[in-house]
Amino acid sequence: MAEGKDHNNILDEVTSGEYKYGFYTDIEMDTAPKGLTEDTIRFISAKKNEPEWMLEFRLKAFKYWLTIAEPNWAHLHHPPIDYQDIIYYAAPKKKPSLSSLDEVDPELLDTFNKLGISLEEQKVLAGVAVDAVIDSVSVKTTFTETLSKKGIIFCSFSEAVREHPELVKKHMGSVVPYRDNYFAALNSAVFSDGSFCYIPKGVRCPVELSTYFRINAANTGQFERTLIVADEGSYVSYLEGCTAPQRDENQLHAAIVEIVAEHNAEVKYSTVQNWYPGDKEGKGGIYNFVTKRGLCRGNHSKISWTQVETGSAITWKYPSCVLKGDNSIGEFYSVAVTNNYQQADTGSKMIHLGKNTKSTIISKGISAGHSNNSYRGMVRVAKKATNSRNFSQCDSLLLGDKCGAHTFPYITTGNESSIVEHEATTSKISEDQLFYCQQRGIDSEKAISLIVNGYAKEVLNKLPMEFAVEAQKLLAITLEGSVG
Amino acid sequence: MKETNSSVLESAILKKFSNLTLDHADDSDYMTQIRRQAFEAFKSGGLPRRTEEKWKNSKFDQVLENQMEFLTEKPEYNTEVSEIFHCSIHGFTTQVEAFLNGWYYTPNKNPLKVHDNGLIIGSIRAAQHQYPELFNLHFGKIAQHNQHGFSVVNMGLFQDGLFIYVPDGVFVEESIQLIKMVNAAKKLMINTRNLVILGKNSRLSLMHCDDSVNHQSSLINTVSEIFVGENATLDLYKLQNINDVTCLINSTSVWQSRNSRVKVNVITLNGGTIRNELNVDLQGEGAEADLNGIYLMDKKQQVDNQVFVNHAVPHCNSSELFKGILDEESTAIFNGYIHVNKDAQKTNAFQRNNNILMTPDAKVDTMPFLEIYADDVKCSHGATIGQLDNEAMFYLRQRGINEKDARLLLMYAFAAEVTDKIDITPLRVNIEDMVKKRLRGELSICEKCVLHCSTPDIPLEFEIDLSKI
Amino acid sequence: MLLDIKNLHVSINGKEILKAFNLTVNKGEVHAIMGPNGTGKSTLAAAITGREGYEITQGEIWFNGELINDMSPDERANKGIFLSFQYPVEIPGVSMTNFMRTALNAKREFNNQPPVSASDFLKKMEEMKNLVEIHSKLTNRSVNEGFSGGEKKKNEIFQMAMLEPTMAILDETDSGLDIDALKVVAKGVNALRADDNGFVVITHYQRLLDFIVPDFVHVMYDGSIVKSGGKELALELEANGYEWIKEAVAEK
Repeated sequence: MAEGKDHNNILDEVTSGEYKYGFYTDIEMDTAPKGLTEDTIRFISAKKNEPEWMLEFRLKAFKYWLTIAEPNWAHLHHPPIDYQDIIYYAAPKKKPSLSSLDEVDPELLDTFNKLGISLEEQKVLAGVAVDAVIDSVSVKTTFTETLSKKGIIFCSFSEAVREHPELVKKHMGSVVPYRDNYFAALNSAVFSDGSFCYIPKGVRCPVELSTYFRINAANTGQFERTLIVADEGSYVSYLEGCTAPQRDENQLHAAIVEIVAEHNAEVKYSTVQNWYPGDKEGKGGIYNFVTKRGLCRGNHSKISWTQVETGSAITWKYPSCVLKGDNSIGEFYSVAVTNNYQQADTGSKMIHLGKNTKSTIISKGISAGHSNNSYRGMVRVAKKATNSRNFSQCDSLLLGDKCGAHTFPYITTGNESSIVEHEATTSKISEDQLFYCQQRGIDSEKAISLIVNGYAKEVLNKLPMEFAVEAQKLLAITLEGSVG
Repeated sequence: MKETNSSVLESAILKKFSNLTLDHADDSDYMTQIRRQAFEAFKSGGLPRRTEEKWKNSKFDQVLENQMEFLTEKPEYNTEVSEIFHCSIHGFTTQVEAFLNGWYYTPNKNPLKVHDNGLIIGSIRAAQHQYPELFNLHFGKIAQHNQHGFSVVNMGLFQDGLFIYVPDGVFVEESIQLIKMVNAAKKLMINTRNLVILGKNSRLSLMHCDDSVNHQSSLINTVSEIFVGENATLDLYKLQNINDVTCLINSTSVWQSRNSRVKVNVITLNGGTIRNELNVDLQGEGAEADLNGIYLMDKKQQVDNQVFVNHAVPHCNSSELFKGILDEESTAIFNGYIHVNKDAQKTNAFQRNNNILMTPDAKVDTMPFLEIYADDVKCSHGATIGQLDNEAMFYLRQRGINEKDARLLLMYAFAAEVTDKIDITPLRVNIEDMVKKRLRGELSICEKCVLHCSTPDIPLEFEIDLSKI
Repeated sequence: MLLDIKNLHVSINGKEILKAFNLTVNKGEVHAIMGPNGTGKSTLAAAITGREGYEITQGEIWFNGELINDMSPDERANKGIFLSFQYPVEIPGVSMTNFMRTALNAKREFNNQPPVSASDFLKKMEEMKNLVEIHSKLTNRSVNEGFSGGEKKKNEIFQMAMLEPTMAILDETDSGLDIDALKVVAKGVNALRADDNGFVVITHYQRLLDFIVPDFVHVMYDGSIVKSGGKELALELEANGYEWIKEAVAEK
């Protein structure tokens, strides 16, 4: 019956209107001056008491970034971004080093409560260890002790740089090098903080690790960096969720997520992205340029991405898997919803390098209002990746006649023993389905929410339970008022 | 294009362009102006490089450093076409219009014929003077959305081409066969341009055959513009069977008016580097386009099919089916692009590309794109890259067929989905035969083969499940 | 008077399908509407339920004393009009349980009632499933997806039982059913017949009327009712076909 109950909650949410996560937390900030120079990078590094090698890495990335141009191939249109008009570092002034929740700034706790994701509640009810990131610096890590008994390291990126430099040095940039792309170079130069996670050999992480990101200070770019390393035979499920307060000015977000899976390791990474999408006229909203990539380094390793994208004015994001180990598996499940003037260019890349590698891409795009929603995906099977297999399905659903749905798959196969299949459909909600629901007394808005959730079910089912509930709510809220 | 970066070919083209007024002294004013514009465009743009999205993985950049020559003067021909060229398609008659090295081959003919029913066929050079209204109305307009370096060069330097005008209500009974032969001792760059105009309620079946009769490496750059009037029907067959070193760009742009029907079959049997561009602009409600292609490549050949379908208005249907078999070190590129305009409601668009790789060295890039701005549409696309179905292979072998024959049979069945779409029966039989021969690679195994090509009355003894292939 | 249709004219894409159609259904009555293909039977069902694209150019549809011409389909449904579809549509990913619960609660909300409790809902589901002999677990099946023809029709009657309409229209519910399934469907309908509701049974064949015995039989031809009578009229049609009706109309 859980399903029916969740659904009712969604319907309640639908009627509640405005973007509900639009509040602002008043916390004193310690900020860098606007703009980006070598000095800014030295400032960030110094603020964080970083070792010399970290500063060098940042500076190398910065120098490279200066030499390259912003990519323009995506099906996205936005005014040029003034990179000198952005504050690259903002941190709560009270440097926290806390051992219990009681020590957390009560205002922050209140923020989480408003979001409905209070640490307390999560800790007790869901058994989830939360590494909460407000703006740029990690504020609180819970369950560290429980996890550390198993040898699991789950901490802020800054802490990892200090406490586990050998692990960071070994893996940082190994999956997403700073030269990878424009936004990866930018992130590598100025990243503020993020999460680090290491699962030792043979350990199955007993809880779902999660981070909540929020952009809080006005005019502050958010540059997260996450590194997850799953050693041989380990398993971890990682959740990332975002809700951002309402802002009029566009804000830039350029994150990096790197995942390394060694022999027989498995990593499940789930995201619900709900950054502020801008208002109904397309004013404001987050620019979200993210590089997410997993490396199946070992044989029989597996990396699985699941994402529900409902927010951001602009989304540029292609969670990818490099299947290097033989028999490794990559998966990508995505629901991307755009409404009003949102633009999304998102999809996945599956690079098959090892033998007998398998990948699956299931992408469900939903466009409404004046939005444009593009799937862009690449499947590449290298010559040596014999007997590899890919299946991609990319469906688009259109609501209204002012929006666009596009599909841009790039498929290359270089050997004869592999099989690659791509299927895609574009359709609207059929009038027959709508009428059927209406004839049963369900009004058109509820009917659409019902049908859309059904359409996206294949992907939503891949999310952990509590995330699936949130994701369903978001779908309904995002599509509010899209028919009529 | 900066002078310093010019390739050998670009320099040769620039030099050729500088001679425009001399080489094309007999052009109409309209034409002269168009050629000059192309010259300016070429000066700034040059030829495409593979760094450009639309030329990704294309082997065309290898011609950039080739020293090519142009045949500026129309040579004198004395022999009949039949004496120098035998078409391997037989069993039905066509009206043959031949071109040799890019020049209209008319030993004893007027360059422009007007038939009793008003049908006009002949050289495009003559048409620009004799039918300026028709010519100026369509020339350069239909292909204008597909501009790249090679098409710009074609616009500016085309030497000759075929002009066909089918008046309103005229059904052209006999297929017109356009044969383009290349036979020269030198490496030639050949630029030809065709203009085909179908009036209201008319019908035309056109075969566009590219053949080479020698082994010199040439660069053939052809642009065809086809206007299909209201409720008119066009069947277009593009047959390509050229040598392993020739590069061919065959760019066809079709403008479809209301309720018109266009069927295109692109059959690529052999060629060095082939790029087929097919642009179909559905500009009238109720128009239908059925686009099919089969390519069978081996050695180091490359075929690149760029298929663009623009749904500009509501209630149009389009379907694309391109299939290919890649042997040895051959490569194939498929880029299908369906664009549905925001007003083009009730659009049905379908696109599929299937590929079979026979060896570890063959390679396929497929990019089936959809760009959709209308909501009341049914669009689907699919692409596969794989190999012959193992289960089907086993089934055949269990019935006692050896591996080689079984493979052949399955390949043939794979190709048959496309060749079945050819409506003219003798042509289909011939093309099927050519496909079979092409797939076999040799004729000596004929007697043993289960396909009984030489004795078609003996039926095959078992059914093949096409859905598995 | 439950349903009162007066001089109804309905067009699709400018083409008139229903022409001066009149019908009155009182509480407790079952009306059968028969007639050859293409006479507008399904158009009638669509017009009563408010389907888009069916334009009422003239006339009135009254339901329970209210003019419903301009009401949305869901409003009509919540007021108690139910249509058993000739071709029930598939809705992938939407489970039957979720669908039914949403529909039931929409109606309860409409009537200012609190949502149904989970246990009551489940109990009712089980009860009504038994009524129409649905044995599969509907929880994990999407609406009509993968249902056989017979299952789809049973599912329509099941939904009718769940939603308890006052006016049910069965649009060729019998077509494509074998005799066993037909009996099950009829049993379901008969169990729901009551003094305070009415039925309009649109059918092609007299067969269904052996099991759902109508109070009135109407023959429809070319957009209006050309002959009305008791249940014996159906037998007459079965014996003589529709030709005599067509001829009679032609003579007029």
